Parts: sequence; structure tokens; C-alpha cells
Amino acid sequence: MSIAVLYALVGIGLFCLGVYALMIHAHLLRKILALNIMGSGVFMVLLALAGRTEIMPDPVPAAMVITGIVVAVSATAFALALMLKISAVTGRAELNDEEEK
Amino acid sequence: MGDFLLTMPWAVVLILLPLVGAIVCFLWPKNVNQLGLVTLAGVFLSVVGLGAWLLENGVYHHAVGGWNAPLGIHLYADGLSLVMLGITALVGLFVSVYATAYFDRVQSEQFWPLWLFLLTALNALFLSADMFNLYVTLELLGLSAVALVALAGGKAALNGAMRYLLASLLGSLLFLFGVALLYHTYGSLDLAILSEQIEASPTVWMALGLISAGLLLKTALFPLHFWLPPAHASAFSPISALLSALVVKASFYLLLRLWLELFWPISGSVAGLLGILGVMAILWGSLQALRQTRVKMLVAYSTVAQIGYLFLAFPLAMGAGVTAWNAVMYLAISHALAKAAMFMAAGNLLRFGGHDRIADLDQLAQRLPLTVAAFALAGVSLIGLPPSGGFIGKWLLLEAALMQGRWDLAVVIVLGGVLAAMYLFKVLGYAFTEASTPSKVTAVPVRMEWAALLLASGAILLGFLAPLILPLLAIGTPFDAFSSAQEVMS
Repeated sequence: MSIAVLYALVGIGLFCLGVYALMIHAHLLRKILALNIMGSGVFMVLLALAGRTEIMPDPVPAAMVITGIVVAVSATAFALALMLKISAVTGRAELNDEEEK
Repeated sequence: MGDFLLTMPWAVVLILLPLVGAIVCFLWPKNVNQLGLVTLAGVFLSVVGLGAWLLENGVYHHAVGGWNAPLGIHLYADGLSLVMLGITALVGLFVSVYATAYFDRVQSEQFWPLWLFLLTALNALFLSADMFNLYVTLELLGLSAVALVALAGGKAALNGAMRYLLASLLGSLLFLFGVALLYHTYGSLDLAILSEQIEASPTVWMALGLISAGLLLKTALFPLHFWLPPAHASAFSPISALLSALVVKASFYLLLRLWLELFWPISGSVAGLLGILGVMAILWGSLQALRQTRVKMLVAYSTVAQIGYLFLAFPLAMGAGVTAWNAVMYLAISHALAKAAMFMAAGNLLRFGGHDRIADLDQLAQRLPLTVAAFALAGVSLIGLPPSGGFIGKWLLLEAALMQGRWDLAVVIVLGGVLAAMYLFKVLGYAFTEASTPSKVTAVPVRMEWAALLLASGAILLGFLAPLILPLLAIGTPFDAFSSAQEVMS
């Protein structure tokens, strides 16, 4: 098994783990972390793509990963700020479904 | 002047202008309303410029920075993008005028930069022809939309925003995974190159599944609509108007575009599935709308139902081709106008009575006639009564369904209209009667009433403009790949 295939498999594993965690955990911090892990999974797959040729690594996936990291960082920062706001208003960092009447 | 119209790179202007506008609004919040309106007017004129260019020359291509595909990023515009850009600029302009009266000082300083970033993302999304670039615009769109929802600040809005953010990020990641798989198979991200090479294989199936799932989540097709009603109902009214009219349409546009360019050779059975989900969305969304006790919640669930209509075109297009796509685009733009007007009218009701409980709408027809008229006119288009834009859309869709003997879909199309009439008349009925508990009232600025009414009239006017808009849609024949494929298959 080459390194590239290993990376790809680990990436897919991380992605699935993230989806699972996103669904079962109620705490928002865990949900945000789960999304980050899913993101890392996709980046791993992209890195595996960059390394699949023997001669020279493909620069395009690397560029995509760098852009993706920038997007992920800003999304995470925003999600964390929103989470703090929610816990300041409701006292709990969780989504609550009760409707206001 | 003619030369100027034809030499300006309008697509680049359409992306840069709102971006610069957003930054300027952020840095100099003093005259934020004027700056914002000037930007919107500029964007509107640029769309007109791009339209003139397209009518003259056909399809628009621009290689950003002079770098060509496969390495560089392409901007691309045809009739489909032009119509989406046009409806975005039009709805955006009216919502902006409405917003200048709706928000107070501090709120408008927060609203304008975010809204202009949202507009940048929308325009860039409609103009991109590169899979990864599309991912970036999707993320920009999601983040600015969520931030706009969160502006309202209350418990409901924050919860709605968070749920929206989680759904949106999950959708983007699924999309990105699909993009990675496509790049793995074909070594390119350019839509044109991909559409030449694409053929059915397990990896492409997987990519199709991931990308479609991500976009369906963002478009809020049943059963992935759970995030939409709380987010759209709890945001400030002009923002609900933008989200329902434009943001949901953007991910739908992307799905449609990718379907037409990439996935049509391998999409047969999946198109049927999308149609079934569309039918369920129409029924479920309408029934939920009937159950609601608050105007904004009702309007939000009506969006869930109307999104269902857009997906009926997928199974019909296999046999009816261009008619079905024309129908769906017509429905999309009429819904954009009507739903924006309806949310603005709901905002006026909220401002007037301080609440939007349907049962307590106290004789609004007499006291707020322009707003109720706007609500009713928008309703006419949503129900699909002639002579509105919604009628043309549904008519074309019915025609496509009957042409292929799809009576089941035809029945749903009509039934959805009846259900829409039921939930909208529920609101209008209460607007004419006296409520048991009279509430204190505040005056509604004239601008807010007229903005809603004009936009609603626009949705009616669309019913007469079909001979104008359908040829625009056909520029660059975005639906042609599909019909030629049919000929091969049949």
C-alpha cells in the first residue's frame, strides 16, 4: 500500500468519523470540532491526490488545501463566536428546539 | 458609448464592485446607506451592461489574470447566469431601499457590509466556471448569510443561525469532497473541460452523490429543509427576503448548472428521485405552512414548498428538455420576486402591530392597505394564478408533465397551488377581520410599503414578460447539451 492510498483511506475515515460525531453530540463545541475533523479528512484526500504521481507532486491540490484551510479557519472562528453568543444568551452551548410562542 | 458598453469587463465589475462597496461601508460607516445604494445601482447597471454584451456577442469568457484553463480560473456567463444575476440585482435593489428605512443607525452599519459581501458571493457564484472557485463562493455565501441571520441577536435568531451554519458547513464539505473526487478522476477543475471528459464510473457516481447531497442540503429540499424555517423566520425581515429569494436559489442554480454540464449522461434514475423529493417538499411544506400561527413562519414553510416545484423539472426534463428548464427558471425568478415581497410585507406587519401572530392581524386591510395588497399580489404569483410569473412557470411545467403523460406530477402541481391558496387566504382572511385583542400600533415608513408593493407587482408583471425573458435565457444555449443528449438517446 503506497503512502498516497494510506492518506486517502485515513482521510475518508476522518470524514466519516466527523459526520458521526456531528450527528450524535449535542454540545456545539463538539459539533464544530467534528466539522473541522471532516475538513481535515477532505484535505488528507486532496494531499493524497497531490502525491499520487511518482515524479513530481501536483501543485493544484496543495493550492486547494491552502485555500481550504483559510476558509476553515474563518468558518471555525465565526462558529465559535456564534457559540459564545448562544451560551451567553441561553446559558448553554447547545441548540435548543423549543419554539418561542 | 456603444463601444464602452461592449469593452468593459462587466463580469469582473460585478464581482469587484460589491466587494469594494462592502469594504468601504465597513471602513466608513457614516454614510453607509448612501454608499450601499450607490453600489447596488452600480451592480444593477453592470448587469444591464453584461446583458447588452451577451446579446451582441453570445457567451462571455474571461480568464482571470490572463491565465487560461486548466491552470487558471475562468469566469463564464450565458443566459442562465445573466437571468440569475439580473434577478439578484433587482431584488437586491428593492430590499436595499427597504432596508434603509427598516434598520436603525447601528443595525444598518452592521447590515450593509455583510449584505454587500453576500452580493459579491452571489455574483461570483453565478459567474464561476471552476469547481473549486464555486466551493469558495459557496462558503462565502454561507458565512455571510449566517452572519446576517445572527444580526437579529435574540435567542431564536442565534439558534437559527447556528443550525444554518452547521448545515451550511456540512453541505460545503460534502461538495468539496465531491470536487476532490472529480479532480482525482479527470485532473481538472474547469467545468468546460470536465463536461467534455465526463463518463459514468463509480468515482463519478460518488462525486455526483456527494456534490448533490451538499447542494440539496443548502437548497433545503425536503427532507433536508430542517434548518430553513427557523433561520428564515427569525432573521430581520429584509434579510429573510434576501435569504429566501436569492441565497436558496444560488445553490439551486449551481445544482442545475452542474447537472446540465456534468451529470446528464448518468443521471436518469437520480432525476426521478429528485422529482419524488420535490413532490414531498410541496406537500409537506404546504401542510406545515397551514399549521403555522405566525406570518413569517408560514412564509418560510411556503419557501420549503416552492423549492419542491423547482425539483419537479428534473424527471420531466428527460423527455421535455428545454420546456422543463424554462419552466423551472421562470418559477425560480417569480418566486424570488414574490417571496421577497412577501417577507417585506410580513416585516411591515411586524413593524405595525409589533407581532406577526396571524390570528391577531387586526383589520390590516383597512389600516395598511399597500402592505396587504403587496402580500396578496405576491400570493397570486405563488399560487400560480394568471397573469403572474408563477402562472407562466407552472403552466410550462404542466405542459412538460402532460406532454409525457406524467399525470401524477400534474396533479401535484395543481394541488400545490390549491394548498398555497389555502395558507395564504388564511392570512388575508384575518387581515380583513377585527382581532379580539387590539394591539398598539407604530407607523410604517412609506418606503417600506412601496418597496414591497412594487416588488410584488414585478412578480405579476413577469407574467407578461415571457417573450422577453425566455430568449435571454437561451443565450449560449445552456440547456442545449441536454436536448442533444436526448436525441442521441432516443
